[in-house]
Amino acid sequence: MSRDTLTGSRIRERRAMAGMRQSDLARQVGISASYLNLIEHNRRRIGGKLLVDIANVLGVEPSLLSEGAEAALISTLREAAADAGNVQPELDRIDEFAGRFPGWAELIADGHRRIGALERTAATLTDRLTHDPHLATSMHEMLTMVTAIKSTAGILADTREIEPEWRNRFHRNINEDSQRLAESSQRLVEYLDGAGDADAALTSPMEEVEVMLAANDYRFPHLEEEAEDIEAFVKGQPHLTTHAARKAALGVLKQLRSDARKMPRAEVAEVLQAHGLDLQALTRHFRVSMAVVFRRVAVLSNDLLEDPAGLIMCDNSGTLTLRKPVDGFPVPRFSAACPKWPLFQALARPMHPIYRCVTVTGREAKPFHCYAIAETVSAVGFTEDPLYRAFMLVIPAEVASENAREVGSTCRVCPSADCAGRREPSILVDGI
Amino acid sequence: MGKRVLLIEDEPNIIEAISFILSRDGWNVSTHSNGHDAVDVVLGNQPDLLILDVMLPGKSGYDILKELRENNAAQSLPVLMLTARGATRDREMAERAGASRFMTKPFSNAEVLEAVRELVAS
Repeated sequence: MSRDTLTGSRIRERRAMAGMRQSDLARQVGISASYLNLIEHNRRRIGGKLLVDIANVLGVEPSLLSEGAEAALISTLREAAADAGNVQPELDRIDEFAGRFPGWAELIADGHRRIGALERTAATLTDRLTHDPHLATSMHEMLTMVTAIKSTAGILADTREIEPEWRNRFHRNINEDSQRLAESSQRLVEYLDGAGDADAALTSPMEEVEVMLAANDYRFPHLEEEAEDIEAFVKGQPHLTTHAARKAALGVLKQLRSDARKMPRAEVAEVLQAHGLDLQALTRHFRVSMAVVFRRVAVLSNDLLEDPAGLIMCDNSGTLTLRKPVDGFPVPRFSAACPKWPLFQALARPMHPIYRCVTVTGREAKPFHCYAIAETVSAVGFTEDPLYRAFMLVIPAEVASENAREVGSTCRVCPSADCAGRREPSILVDGI
Repeated sequence: MGKRVLLIEDEPNIIEAISFILSRDGWNVSTHSNGHDAVDVVLGNQPDLLILDVMLPGKSGYDILKELRENNAAQSLPVLMLTARGATRDREMAERAGASRFMTKPFSNAEVLEAVRELVAS
């Protein structure tokens, strides 16, 4: 039953919500109760003046009765149904359900949204609690202080005869450790205050650089045109709080300027206009490596493409070294990423461009075009083992291809039940 | 002279406290505070018991213990491992590395003394 034929169901629902009897409503709008009954069971079409009159009596806008639940509600209900697992709700009657029971439908939709929000929070927190090096170090430091205080205090309490020199020494130690413990606790509390906020409590120089790039929306026209001094620009960025972060930012922005020289913005726009997003065409046109094209497309996509593109970089060890996020493709901050990402396939086949259409596990299951390549970053020679850096350009796709590969973010929050690449249990499958 | 205990731990005040209680109990305690050369120190020192912290600068206690267990001279050395993490995974790692006993911080002085006496006696 389509949504526009459910006007009667909505009238019945609204009447029930108003606590009005069918006969009373019928009388007030000048029709028989039996006719209203037929309308309410969607056996008679209704519109025009009668619909307006009924809406007036029920105290709602006529459009609420004729158009019913918003498309967004239906869409959310469909998402909830897709995540239902073994339960199989009647999808063919979803419009009818939303029309007849808008309150219950909104309740389910709200519950679904809340579950999504809680899962995202759980993912953020579990990633931090399990893999956050700052938290692990902080906890270790505090337990070490507690151990030292406990042991020293135990000596002072239990040792009947203790030389004054030792006693003074242990008192001093307890005092020192207590101060260190207080400072560690304070730092930990400050850190945990921001634990649920993905942007808070930045833990590495590259994270500061990523936030600086995002804060500038990846747009640096004056730096590209060499009208602005990079070092001065870096010094003026409030997100770069440490020397290491400023140094890293300097490297990233110098790379950006170098890429811009090789692939000027206006010329890239022309090639995109002529060929669409054809990475090989860009490579040929500008005679640059695929990695340069990936970086340049990622930066310019915010202006030149329909959807911004994401970029993820890693080194030989698989450690992610830079992330330009893209909506729907979650990238872990602390834990190791999904081994099924084409980024890591590229490391196994250096200099060989790789394309995969992927869908991301989870409730949204968004599709993406992923292009990846690994290039050398060190000298190559008979006695030199090359070092590689891999790049993956992530572009939102309209639909997933038939052979799209399912990938996750990180094992801990991946719902995939039987993945050969799983490293550790998932809290979404096995619980926390 | 009492039996020899080697304590490898990087926190000076813990070193001081454990050294004190073991010395008062009659043990001959020597200490070391980094992981880099810990294996050489153990092999050179030939203690009757090793108390080994897990998180050490230079090399982890697990790696040190694995290396020791591969050496004939230290295969049967009783080793008490100290760590700030008490998770099952950490216990398993300690067992796999060859620890005789695993103790989670914060521990009491009595627990340390009891563990040391039992390990050397066995």
